Amino acid sequence: MAESPGVTNRGRLADVEVGPAEAHAKLVQLKADGFSFLASLHGLDYYPHEPRLGVHYELLNMETAARVAVKTRVSIDDPHIASVTDLWPGADFPERECFDMFGVVFDGHPDLRRILMPEDYEGFPQRRDFPVGGEPVLFTFNEKSYGKNR
Amino acid sequence: MSSTSDYRKMEESITIDAQPHPEHTELLTLNIGPHHPATHGVLRLIATLEGEVVRDIKPVIGYVHTGIEKTAEQKSYWKVIPVIERMDYLSYYFNAMAFCGAVETLLELEIPPRAQYLRVIHMELNRIMSHLVWLGTSALDLGAMSMFWYCFRERETILDLFEMSSGQRMHTRYFQVGGVFEDIPIGFAAKLQAFLDEMPSRADQYADLLEKNEILLARLRDVCPLDAETLLGLSTTGPLLRAAGVPWDLRKTDPYCSYDHFEFKIPVGTVGDNYDRFRVRHAELYESTKIIQQALDGLPEGPHISDDRKVVLPPRHELATSMEALIHHFKLVTEGFRVPEGEAYYPIESPRGELGCFVRSDGSAKPARVHMRDPSFVNLQTTAPMVRNSYIADLIASLAMIDPVLGGVDR
Repeated sequence: MAESPGVTNRGRLADVEVGPAEAHAKLVQLKADGFSFLASLHGLDYYPHEPRLGVHYELLNMETAARVAVKTRVSIDDPHIASVTDLWPGADFPERECFDMFGVVFDGHPDLRRILMPEDYEGFPQRRDFPVGGEPVLFTFNEKSYGKNR
Repeated sequence: MSSTSDYRKMEESITIDAQPHPEHTELLTLNIGPHHPATHGVLRLIATLEGEVVRDIKPVIGYVHTGIEKTAEQKSYWKVIPVIERMDYLSYYFNAMAFCGAVETLLELEIPPRAQYLRVIHMELNRIMSHLVWLGTSALDLGAMSMFWYCFRERETILDLFEMSSGQRMHTRYFQVGGVFEDIPIGFAAKLQAFLDEMPSRADQYADLLEKNEILLARLRDVCPLDAETLLGLSTTGPLLRAAGVPWDLRKTDPYCSYDHFEFKIPVGTVGDNYDRFRVRHAELYESTKIIQQALDGLPEGPHISDDRKVVLPPRHELATSMEALIHHFKLVTEGFRVPEGEAYYPIESPRGELGCFVRSDGSAKPARVHMRDPSFVNLQTTAPMVRNSYIADLIASLAMIDPVLGGVDR
């Protein structure tokens, strides 16, 4: 990240880009190197670029307040990545959220279910090609005709 | 012996030992919520009980998921701020700050000192306000009704101040990319000073009311402690982590928004029980008051918002005379400003812990991805390890001390 006068990079050391197969090993190594706090885990969609789905791990070194982001990308067809719940039990909810919103499957997660969307929901709403708009619910059956007869 | 007393005997034999009783391990699954006053919002808990002892608990969330992160992708950057503020509805200034900070990082935009100080004043007022709501509702959960009214009395004063500076009491949209929306009006400083003079004595009164209350102490002291190592593994931050003795506060360790200009302490606990969680937040009321006092006394002169015309709206009076200002105004209002391609993660210390906003820009006028690392969402994972093998009444107290805001959990 470029530095400019007046804008600090706030302890950010580096962005590490790794493949999905090496991500877990890299995180083990960084955790041993002092980046022992998982500040954030989030997914994103790089649509239309391939591979589309990204998973970011924001690591924090609490001794030096330095931060490192580990960024990895998986494809829609094979969205598998090793879970880090064995390293940080706190990755439980964030990984479930990432699965819920993007469909990234975290292998080895103890309880990979939807967390924010209903359990029977279909599709992954945060993907960029997921349409925005209403969906039919109990009271929207006559939404279009409503108010026409007045 | 009658069957009733047999049952009574069995009930009393269940203690909060780490292991379920070998003879009668009949477990009851109890659903609490989503609509329950003690869950502080629409949180649903599925508790596995043995008698009165909680053996396991699973939080079920998502009842107020409104897709704010998805909504943010459809809006230009400056229109994202109002929706982002509605995530954690008790700390709207913090939500706006995290988002603005991330966008300003991408824009490499310099924020004038006066704007930074005004942001600090409003954020710390917001912190006091959020802690007051927490204190009032938590005391209510523990049976102290009058605390709620006292806390909301001071909260009203803060909301009046917010109304004075921005026009709204909640979700003020006061923070803009580049600074703040308007300078504080005449009379704001005097009213704020009156509040600052009053607040420490009010906080003393809360302590007097609660700290000598035998019931409250019995329900908080040594109840549901959690050690620092477990909390760090669970990515917990904020008062919960500080109560366990870890002096981690982003305002000190990783200063942003000129927090390094102010002198304040980080209250920490010792054992990490519910009493420490209560004391840490209560002590933060004083520290925040100190920060606001220093920011008010040292408020620098100068502009309240950046003068980068590609990002910030031109002053109203220029529109009548300057063609260029009119064009800038038109472009900013219709399309919005464009942000260079990149990704930024901007963490700040919200009343509940690390609030990090991740923004990815693809070069257009709308963000390609906005993600909030909300402390309530992450901290909620501590519920199960905290209340496992404790009484169901302590579950209510612990949940109050975790202080989750469900708007932030579900986003």
